Amino acid sequence: MSYREALRAAMREELRRDEKVVLMGEEVAQFNGAYKVTEGLLKEFGPKRVVDTPISEAGFIGLGIGASMLGIRPVMELMFWSFSYVALDQIVNNAGNIRYMSGGLINCPIVIRGPANGGTNVGATHSHTPEAVLASHPGIKVVCPATPYDAKGLMKAAIRDNDPVYVMENTILYNDKGEVPEDDYVVPLGVADVKRAGDDLTIVAHGRAVITSLKAAEILESEHGVSVEVVDLRSIRPLDEETVLASVRKTHRVLLVEENKPFCGVDAQIAYLIQSRAFDELDAPIHRVSSVDAPQIYCKRLEDQQIPNPARVVAEALKVLA
Amino acid sequence: MAKPAVLTHPESLKRPAGPSEYAKNPVNAGMSKAEKVALYTKMARIRHFEQRCIRVYQQGKIGGFLHLYIGQEAVAAGTISLLGKDDHLITGYRDHGHALMVGMSMNECMAELTGKVTGCSKGKGGSMHYFAPDKNFWGGHGIVGGQAPLGTGLAYAVKYLGRKGSCICYMGDGAVNQGAVHEAYNLAALWDLPVIFVIENNGYSMGTSQERSTAHPGCLAKRAEGYGMAWDVVNGHDVYEVRARAAVALRRAHEESKPTVLEIFTYRYYGHSMADPDKTYRDKEEIKEYREQKDPVLLFEKELIAEKVLTPQKAKAINEAAMEEADAAAKFADESPDPTPADVTKDIYWEEDNRGPDTSSRGTIIFE
Repeated sequence: MSYREALRAAMREELRRDEKVVLMGEEVAQFNGAYKVTEGLLKEFGPKRVVDTPISEAGFIGLGIGASMLGIRPVMELMFWSFSYVALDQIVNNAGNIRYMSGGLINCPIVIRGPANGGTNVGATHSHTPEAVLASHPGIKVVCPATPYDAKGLMKAAIRDNDPVYVMENTILYNDKGEVPEDDYVVPLGVADVKRAGDDLTIVAHGRAVITSLKAAEILESEHGVSVEVVDLRSIRPLDEETVLASVRKTHRVLLVEENKPFCGVDAQIAYLIQSRAFDELDAPIHRVSSVDAPQIYCKRLEDQQIPNPARVVAEALKVLA
Repeated sequence: MAKPAVLTHPESLKRPAGPSEYAKNPVNAGMSKAEKVALYTKMARIRHFEQRCIRVYQQGKIGGFLHLYIGQEAVAAGTISLLGKDDHLITGYRDHGHALMVGMSMNECMAELTGKVTGCSKGKGGSMHYFAPDKNFWGGHGIVGGQAPLGTGLAYAVKYLGRKGSCICYMGDGAVNQGAVHEAYNLAALWDLPVIFVIENNGYSMGTSQERSTAHPGCLAKRAEGYGMAWDVVNGHDVYEVRARAAVALRRAHEESKPTVLEIFTYRYYGHSMADPDKTYRDKEEIKEYREQKDPVLLFEKELIAEKVLTPQKAKAINEAAMEEADAAAKFADESPDPTPADVTKDIYWEEDNRGPDTSSRGTIIFE
């Protein structure tokens, strides 16, 4: 099953399970989804459950948040997470703060989902990766599935969660295939996953950077004889600190890989975590590979270099191992 | 679509204030004497609570911002007195009047202002962020116009759940130039949502008059026409008129599931907030004229005395009781404890507050 189909399966199962689940977004219904993630769901569930919205992110995202306060469980698609920026007041100030400002009287069981990635040759406005920005706000949960299995399990967990959960997908992963059980399962938020076991180096990554890191690990093993462990965070907030630390204690060398820009990226937090709780375990300084610190470039040849790729990860890993 | 007879102001506002021509309107004529007295009492309570807030603020016990509702009482009182069990409301930061009208206590409201744990939001919200979801009151929102999509969403949920209800979404005249408000208008009209957008037009968006902030002459409600929505203009100094005209919008929401924009003309006697010295953008004569001739509490008092529902003595007693209640609330707030340092990191996530078999997530969610 593809990553796209896994997301769709999660939504279909939750639409069947709970009549308060509603899908909403631009082109999700009649058009079958800009990236076909919601294909066929209008036909199966009808226009009350699968709703096309105008191009009006602040309006419809805010509407979903308001509806969630009364117990509706909206799953809102952003065609790109880049478009969240025009709805940031709703996403941060309203969904993220209402529970706190009401002294715990209100909760917002809303999911906002959509792709958050560069690498698609569309220029800077459509290539943002806001997981670090959004996860920096207490009150908000953020997950970044890397595989079809995690996409389904995390999406189902997100829909059942009673807090706002923002699911950041990746258009480049939509066609990736993987084993996905037909039955009902969830991947709990806040549980990282060791995607590859190894002894010499820990790579911590999330989202598509996990796939990139796994490819790099293959090269490091076959060409350099290095055994690499790849830890997939899966969830940015809540964050599974223990799995990261356990891997560090095992390999004693760390490379952090993410598709964010370096300044205040997720890995800045991970690096702080490791130095504060496992400083004595480190045999070498922590290194990072992130996107080159510039707005996303349009030129495809250079964008492929701007984002972490296996060659950059291998090169940086060898520095950690040197 | 409703076609009001005037372009700018309600007809009744063009004449000197006198007996309400809406007294015989069925929604008002149908009120019992006790209900009328109760409505007057609520308006007086808002007035005296707010006046007591000024003193508490001047004593340095209220932090940050304090936006007073004095002068605007008939708007919240008139509209909220019409609401039933499936009618919801949400407003901006000038929210004290709405809170008291839905039945929140002066104690919890005053304690919130002074940041005490006994406040309605446990001292975590402040003046701009009162909430009482058990009373269908969804805040209390600090960002101008940011509540408009939320209110539209509450109306969407009411409709989705098959209930015959509505949401009144209040905003100030300054909010009408925010994009979120226009997006909410579009969705409300597009999806036939039972929402009533009430523009509490007090003439000034902070210190900028309507003439200096808002393009196109004429009333703000008329912008509803761009979305094919019904609209009306209302004299907000006359609580009977507010009730009569809001009842039409509420029927439209309940019976037809259609939205309305109601522009209610009102006036605030104090600055935008207590931080506003109120010296640069309007003259004292203007404020004096409103206080003396159009005060909504005094006008309603006169009305009820003329109807022989109230006597001057009874009105005096009601006001004295409201003052005493406000004094007691200030004392309650004074004597209440602060939240503890441990409280700072509570009430952030539902899941952290409700750990049990139904909660699945793990990992660190509050960071050091």
